[in-house]
Amino acid sequence: MSGKRVTFDRHWLALLLILPQMLLVFVFFYWPTGEALFWAFTLEPPFGGDMQWVGWQNFITVMEDPLYWNSVRRSVVFALSSTAIAMGIGMLLALFVDRELPGYRGFRFVFFWPYAVAAPAVGLAFRFIFAPDAGFVSAINQWFPGLWNPALDGVDAMILITLANAWSMVAYNFIFFLAGLQSIPRSLVEAGAMDGSGVLRRMRDIQLPLIAPTVFFLIVINVTDSFVNSFGIVDITTGGGPARATDLMVFKIYSDGFKGKDYSLAAAQSIILMGLVVLLTFFQFKYVERRVHYT
Amino acid sequence: MVERTPLLNLLTHAILVVGLLMLMLPLWIVFVASTHDFRTVNTVPMPLWPGAHMVENYVTTWNQSQFGPKMLNSLIMAVGVTTGKIVLAALSAYSIVYFRYRLRMVFFWLIFITLMLPLEVRIVPTYAVAANALRPFQEIINVLGLSALTDLLFGVRIVLPEAQLLNSYAGLILPLIATATGTFLYRQFFLTVPEELLEAAKMDGTGPLRFFWDILLPLSKANMAALATIMFVYSWNQYLWPLLVVTDPAYGTAVMQLQRIVPGPLFGEPPRWHIAMAGTLMVMLPPLLVVVFMQRWFVRGLINQDK
Repeated sequence: MSGKRVTFDRHWLALLLILPQMLLVFVFFYWPTGEALFWAFTLEPPFGGDMQWVGWQNFITVMEDPLYWNSVRRSVVFALSSTAIAMGIGMLLALFVDRELPGYRGFRFVFFWPYAVAAPAVGLAFRFIFAPDAGFVSAINQWFPGLWNPALDGVDAMILITLANAWSMVAYNFIFFLAGLQSIPRSLVEAGAMDGSGVLRRMRDIQLPLIAPTVFFLIVINVTDSFVNSFGIVDITTGGGPARATDLMVFKIYSDGFKGKDYSLAAAQSIILMGLVVLLTFFQFKYVERRVHYT
Repeated sequence: MVERTPLLNLLTHAILVVGLLMLMLPLWIVFVASTHDFRTVNTVPMPLWPGAHMVENYVTTWNQSQFGPKMLNSLIMAVGVTTGKIVLAALSAYSIVYFRYRLRMVFFWLIFITLMLPLEVRIVPTYAVAANALRPFQEIINVLGLSALTDLLFGVRIVLPEAQLLNSYAGLILPLIATATGTFLYRQFFLTVPEELLEAAKMDGTGPLRFFWDILLPLSKANMAALATIMFVYSWNQYLWPLLVVTDPAYGTAVMQLQRIVPGPLFGEPPRWHIAMAGTLMVMLPPLLVVVFMQRWFVRGLINQDK
């Protein structure tokens, strides 16, 4: 870490300044995380008393539960497909806004609005638009009765939450792709134009390779976000159903821990999810130095 | 770039317009649905032009969902998280960047690691801590045997009072502040401040607090605006955490209220989508306005966040 050459040396003041943050981080981050670890390896006896050490028992219970694997599978499908959609659209829009044709400011201005909308609000809006008996998509049911019904069909429900999640993430991707594109020196693109390459060719052979670090960074952020922030959309839109078709990991932790009151099982699942997120983040930090520096 | 590509320009505009439709249509539909009456909103497909029942729907929704007090709660929470974050972030980044002491790197890493695990993945134990925020200290005292020691010496055990944070603003706000986002934004900014500034200030005999208050803070206004916008949007839109911490409706937030207005056969109610969409619109509006009016700061905050 690069520090300042000139510094103050009143140590007690430095400690005092950082103390509030450290207290909060300790009470609301390190303690709970540690406690989750503890719970994951213990069980509360049914008739009260101290927590009993059970080793890997909770993890084995979780791992042997087909419902857990169901939720992992659904989460992976959800995360990968909404990441692909959101990044694809975000990149396409950024590439074309970056051409700076007349009116591009207007598009740029509007394209990141969805980022401000709360996940449950997105969920509720999409639930209406894609409702089987109201809204718009239900029109196809008039021609093909029963074709679309997210309340009964698991695949439809999955499509619904994936689209809702992708919609809310497009804006974030757009902002970062555009920033990445604009940090490319104009002279490079101009040189390509002088050599006679067309707009699309320049996109493919000059701009896209140069924003590869942004792509990588965004993949990690999108996947992590889909794993972590899916709760609002799922809870409002499908409630994990139908028949657990959209029972994503955070939603399952919530329902096992707070509805089922099984802290140990929920903690074991939390630890697995934490491991996954840390792994993804580590991956990102490892490549962080390759990232484009913006502004 | 000067080149003639009329066909491609047409395609560019076409793609951008399609993108605009995809991103704005849901918002437009929410708005349109909120302006129709019960019968119209349930026709398939719904009309794409606003109806005449806007005011009436909004009044019904506002009263029925008690959005007055709920929005106030959301506002308290969002402003609390935003100010708390800015203050703590500025102070701790100042401590890490402008002082040299041994624990500096330890603190740096302790804060850095919190970037890895968002609140959602450690939700269960965090909830348990919120039930009594002083419990970690009590258990440390117990484990260290301090309590037994004072019992032995003075006949008194150390028992900390319970700090119950469920159903309180503190419970809504504090856990959301305990992350590193803002600290890093500030650290990055402090590192770009020229060294000469501190040298000059020191030569003039300025103390650390004075330097912070009179020189660094005014310089960091842009940074503060960026952090404030993203934190406001982030905290206003919180859903899972308030859902857990709040059971007393008096502390309910606007976003939580969405769960109550979901129409559907589940609740055996008629699908009052016009009310649901009016509620959705009201809940999404404040952060949307912040983003629209603070666009420049918002984008800067997002991109420099360096998650």
